Parts: sequence; C-alpha cells; structure tokens
Amino acid sequence: MTKALVRARAILRTGLDDRGLTRIETIRSDPPLTLRQTAPGEVHLVSTGAGPLGGDHLRLDVEVAEGTSLTVRSIASTLVLPGAGRSLMEIHVYVASGATLVFAPEPTVLAAGCDHRMTTAVTLAADASLFWREEIVFGRHGERPGRCHSRFDATAGGRPLLRQEFVVGDPEADGSPAVFGTARCVGSTLITTETPAEGPKSEPREAEVAEGVAVLPLAGPGTLVSALAADAVELRKRLSWGESRVSVQAGSPARATVGLRPPASRFP
Amino acid sequence: MDGPATGAPAVNGATLGLPPTQTAASGMPLTHGLAGLLLLADSRLPAGGHAHSGGAEEACRTGAISGPEDLARFLRGRLATAGRVAAALAWSACEAAQAFSRPDKESREPGSPASSGQARVADPETAWRLLDAEADARIASPAQRLAGRTQGRLLIRTARRIWPSTALETLARAVPDGAHHPIALGVAAQAAGCTPDQAAMAAAYTSVTGAATAAVRLLGLDPVTVHRLLAELPYDSVIAEQHDWSALPAHAAPALDLLAEQHLRTEVRLFVS
Repeated sequence: MTKALVRARAILRTGLDDRGLTRIETIRSDPPLTLRQTAPGEVHLVSTGAGPLGGDHLRLDVEVAEGTSLTVRSIASTLVLPGAGRSLMEIHVYVASGATLVFAPEPTVLAAGCDHRMTTAVTLAADASLFWREEIVFGRHGERPGRCHSRFDATAGGRPLLRQEFVVGDPEADGSPAVFGTARCVGSTLITTETPAEGPKSEPREAEVAEGVAVLPLAGPGTLVSALAADAVELRKRLSWGESRVSVQAGSPARATVGLRPPASRFP
Repeated sequence: MDGPATGAPAVNGATLGLPPTQTAASGMPLTHGLAGLLLLADSRLPAGGHAHSGGAEEACRTGAISGPEDLARFLRGRLATAGRVAAALAWSACEAAQAFSRPDKESREPGSPASSGQARVADPETAWRLLDAEADARIASPAQRLAGRTQGRLLIRTARRIWPSTALETLARAVPDGAHHPIALGVAAQAAGCTPDQAAMAAAYTSVTGAATAAVRLLGLDPVTVHRLLAELPYDSVIAEQHDWSALPAHAAPALDLLAEQHLRTEVRLFVS
C-alpha cells in the first residue's frame, strides 16, 4: 500500500507538413498516459498502468494547430480506483482557426470507493470544429460507484458555449428523477455547428428527443447530445443515434460535422 | 435568546448600545431586504411563476414521480443542480446590480474592493449580456432556455413597475428577449433592497417550489407532507459567494433536460414547462 502517487503530463500537438497535411508535431507520453499514433492525424490513448488511483494527478494537453485535424481515441475504458485521496484528470484543449478535433475515448468507469475529479477546458477559435464525447459509467457490473465530480467548459470565439458539471455519488442527487433517474451511465457529445447568427436566415435548429436521449441545439454554435442509460452499450447506442441526428438536421449549410462522424463500423 | 448572543457578540446591537434592530457591522436594520425577499419568493407575485412546473408535470406523467418519496428525491436533485446554478446566477446579478447602482464611480474600478466580478470590466449592458451568455451556456435544453427567458421577461416587466430601478431598465435594454429568470430575479432583488445572499435564497427556493406545488395538484398529494419536504431541503448548501462568472456552478441535470423536451411535445399540458 505504499504506492507512490503518480504525477503525469502528456502533450499532443499538431502542425502542418510541407504538403499542407496534418502531422503530429508533439506526442509526449507520460505514463500512465501513453499516446500512440495509429493513423495519420489519429492518436490512441493507451493506459500503461492501473487507474487513475486516488491521489494521482494526470494531465493531458492537446493543441490542434490552424488548418489541421486530429482524432483522439482510447484503447480501453478508464477504470478509476480508490487510493490515497482524490484522483484528478485534467484536460486542456485548444483548437485553432480552421482546425478540427474529434475526441472520443472509451468510457470512464467509477469503481467503488473512488474519489475522482475531472476537469476539461476546451478553447475553440471562432471557426474551429469539435466533436467531443464523454461517457461516465457508475461502477462496474453490480457495483456502487464511488464519487466523481466532473466539469466541462468550452468557449468558442471567446464566448461561453457549454459549461456542465456532473456529480456522481452525491446523496442529494443520486437516484433523483431530476438528475440521473435510475440510469447507471451518463454521456454527452458536443458537436460544433455554424453560428446561427451568421449566413442567410437558416431554420432554427430543433431539439429532438427519444428514449433516454436528447439532441439539444445550444444557444451558441453547437449541439449537445445528452443521454442516460442502464449500461455502457445502451449509452453508446443512444449517443450515436443523437450524433447522427445532428448531421441530418444541420443539412442546410452542408455540415462540416458530417465529416467528423466516426465510422459507423467502429461505433455501433 | 442567550445562544445567538454569545455566539455572535459583535453583531449584537444591544451590547453596543444600538437599537436592537440594528447591526453594528452594516448599520442596516436586521430586517433589511426581508420584505423584498418575501415579496419576490411569494408565488402570488404576479410574474407568471405559477405556470411552470420545472419538469415535475412530465415526471408525474411518465411515472418518474408517483408519491412523496419520489418527489423528495426530485426536489433534492433539482435543488442540487438547477437550483444551485440559479442561486449562483441570482447572487452574481444582484451583486453586479449593486455595483452599478453605487453613486461613486470609484467603486466600479478594477481592483477596488467593492468591484464585482466581470461587472467591473464592462458597461452595464455588456455585463448583462455576458452574464446572460453564461446562463445560456449552462442550459443545454432549448425548452428550458425558452421557459427561463419567458419567466425572466415577465418578472422584469412586473418588477420594473413595483421597484423601478436603473439596473432593471439596463437589463431590459441589454436582453430584449428577456434575461434568464435567475438573472432577472437577482436584479429585481437588488431593486427590492435585497442582498446577494437573499437573491440567491429566492432563486434556490423558487427552483423547487413550483415543482412541489405542481406535484400536489397533479397527483393529489397531501400539501402538508409536501411542504414538509420543502422545509427539509438544504437551501443554504447551494448558496455561495461568487466572483468569477466563468467559474460559476454549472451542475447539469440530464433527466430534467429530457423531461423539458418531452414536455414540450406532450399534447395535453397544464403547465407551460
């Protein structure tokens, strides 16, 4: 039980090569955060160590340079375990003008007794594109989750686009029909869309809702797909449905996000 | 009577030879702002609040709320999420309105102890639009944004006639479609003489009372049982001093978002939201 607390900071940066294509400029792993390039413009997070465990502080910095595109996925879900104190995972992201980031890792699973804090700060230049999926699973099968507090902040062109916090393991909110209901997973996908104020008068974007999932056009240039589900498979299915609706409904100014969609084969 | 006096001797006016209704610290009567708070939190305030159930109607229709136990969990979750966010926005709006209404320009300058959050860096109208955008970023559901703006617009219209104030006028000009309800509430609270804490309390309280009374009407629950639930809620726990608007609480309630969108699409509705 005398495990040293982990402090890790991994860095990922893109740049343009001579031919104007995206190349991975910096790929600095820091175990347990290990990054592997798996395709041009695509990087997988490979966890080379258990956890995060209580007390660990992990940080990932992502910078997507002007005109480049980057996809970040992960090999497996992240299992957050208890330990000495609170664990922290912070992600700082900057997506420059004309750049595209797809961030779609596997879910974060909260094991019993964990005490986890996640913070994500995404800064988007005015015409940057983003597809950001986040899934939290409340414990492994049949397990009561520990505690988790996540905060996601995205600004676009200097204006707040989406700010949301989730608290899991809070007696005030757990099992509340107003918050998660009977769900065991919560997930959301933020997809940027064109600024409604710009361009010719476009139809107001309509929200859509189905069992356990809603497609919610934000006040700013983005749409949030928000889902609740009993398990991770159902959660992904619901999010994928919502994600597909975003590209359909935004049909008027042919959607940049259509190209952002992960291949259906990989995301059933 | 002895308990509070020994616990807080410094603010006990009597020991300082002040009239018993004055505090030493602020010189304000202890009842300062309370009348405004009561009027703002009263469901009889003619500002249309009674027409909204805060998702409770849909939750009752779908069976997510079927009795007092479900309702208690619903209200606790609503307070811990939407209520916390509303309280923070109302606190910030009330404090900014106070800062703007101070006669001396000095107090608005950056670095001044009296300056408040982002209010100090912008003219009032820009600041109101900024705070309103912060509210927008915390409400993903268009149905909830619409309900929030509708209630905010009605509250501003009502409050301008009851408590005319410069801050209410600039807010109405800055956000003509209606500022989000907690912001309108915070500015109205300042106009009514309330403190930011009182504004936040009004926001926390009204974030659950509409849902509670809606459930009484829709399910025929015992009103006394439901009022006991309201009395037991931890309102204080969602009220905190706030200065950085970008860092204000942003607690999401995905189930409320789903309920709000489903509710808009339900044919027979007693409540607007």
